[in-house]
Amino acid sequence: MRKRIDAAQLRQLLSDNMRIMIGGFMANGAPEGLIDQVLAAGTKNITLISTDTGTPEKGSGRLIHAKRIAKLYASHIGTNPETGAQMNRGELEVELVPQGTLAERIRSAGAGLGGVLSPTGLGTPIAEGKRIIQVEGQDYILEPPLRADLALIRGSVVDTKGNVLYKGTTQNFNPLMATAAKTVVVEAEQIVEAGELLPEHIHTPGIYVDYIYQREQADA
Amino acid sequence: MRELSKQQVRRMIAWRVAQELHDGDVVNLGIGLPSLVANETAKNMEILLQSENGLLGMDGLADSEHHDPNLVNAGGQPITAAIGACSFNSADSFAIIRGGHVDVSVLGALQVDELGNLANWIIPGKMVPGMGGAMDLVVGAQRVIVAMEHTNKGRPKLLTRCDLPLTAAKQVNLVVTELGVIEISGQGMLLRELAPGIDLETIQAHTEAKLHLADTLKTMPIPNDL
Repeated sequence: MRKRIDAAQLRQLLSDNMRIMIGGFMANGAPEGLIDQVLAAGTKNITLISTDTGTPEKGSGRLIHAKRIAKLYASHIGTNPETGAQMNRGELEVELVPQGTLAERIRSAGAGLGGVLSPTGLGTPIAEGKRIIQVEGQDYILEPPLRADLALIRGSVVDTKGNVLYKGTTQNFNPLMATAAKTVVVEAEQIVEAGELLPEHIHTPGIYVDYIYQREQADA
Repeated sequence: MRELSKQQVRRMIAWRVAQELHDGDVVNLGIGLPSLVANETAKNMEILLQSENGLLGMDGLADSEHHDPNLVNAGGQPITAAIGACSFNSADSFAIIRGGHVDVSVLGALQVDELGNLANWIIPGKMVPGMGGAMDLVVGAQRVIVAMEHTNKGRPKLLTRCDLPLTAAKQVNLVVTELGVIEISGQGMLLRELAPGIDLETIQAHTEAKLHLADTLKTMPIPNDL
């Protein structure tokens, strides 16, 4: 199956009111070329799941800056003043989720679990209104799975089967999001033929990846 | 003690926190003052620095020659990795953090109270940056050390009860400030060390919670060159 798509095919996957997960940590490992295309397509009223909102110029924060996001799930918004400003004006609904809990909520969705039990946030506003479950004498918060229509991730080296290797610290949420959305698009920094990556060096198995996109040189 | 500059105060606190670390410890340092602890650890000690964005074995900030756009710290700054470092995804990173595999977590605070409650993520109506990894870091680490200036514009930060929304309940073990070292014990705040030139009246006047005296109250060691 041929997985490579161009910008026009990518835009066919986008629609208003979608739930989109976008990888990256402070925009490190963020799929900037895919974000360019969401901006160009005019997609709006998006529910965004992203650990932070980068900055107004970098990462998923560019979609906040362009006012495309209606609801946001994130662990940290402090580096993008636009996020807090839109939240305070009531234009953007924000659910703050502790970072480790966000990772596990996404992972559990992809793993077919009914959520996770975490001690993080006990005794804080995060626990309010949530079910507390005791296991082996310890309290835990029940945190439900978090899934999306579309995951936009970035890989350093991607083979033609969609297997992904991430360099340095660019993994962050990318491998988790690859498992938890109906459609997954990876932006490849470099594309190689299947067989060029050693099986044991692959972080994300290609079965999770539906499409491979590479930024065209002209808009890079 | 002569008047110290803000920079010297921060260095003094970071240096004192570094004396709490042991060879082989896995340590997570928060941004700001806690990050300065990395500069103060003994050279013959191996400390594994964990970066919540997915690296164990953080070395230091990268200069322009060693700049790798794929390798950053939790503040998004380019870093270098130590020999033997490893990188991983965010679920693994927080399994390390939440699962008790970090020996010491050092972070700043807006407020700490005598139950060991910590508030450092939100000032309702003013500052809402989000908790990032802070709630996980405090719940999971074997030992939680708060490194902070003793007061905020003269207002005490060590309280009987925090009045800001909590980051975590009953997790703080030790507080290091420029005035002293305070252990959170079952009996409340136990003053273990007083900074040179600081007397009991002074530190209590800057602390809302009642300070109990340790049996052996010591003078807080400070770096030789301060």
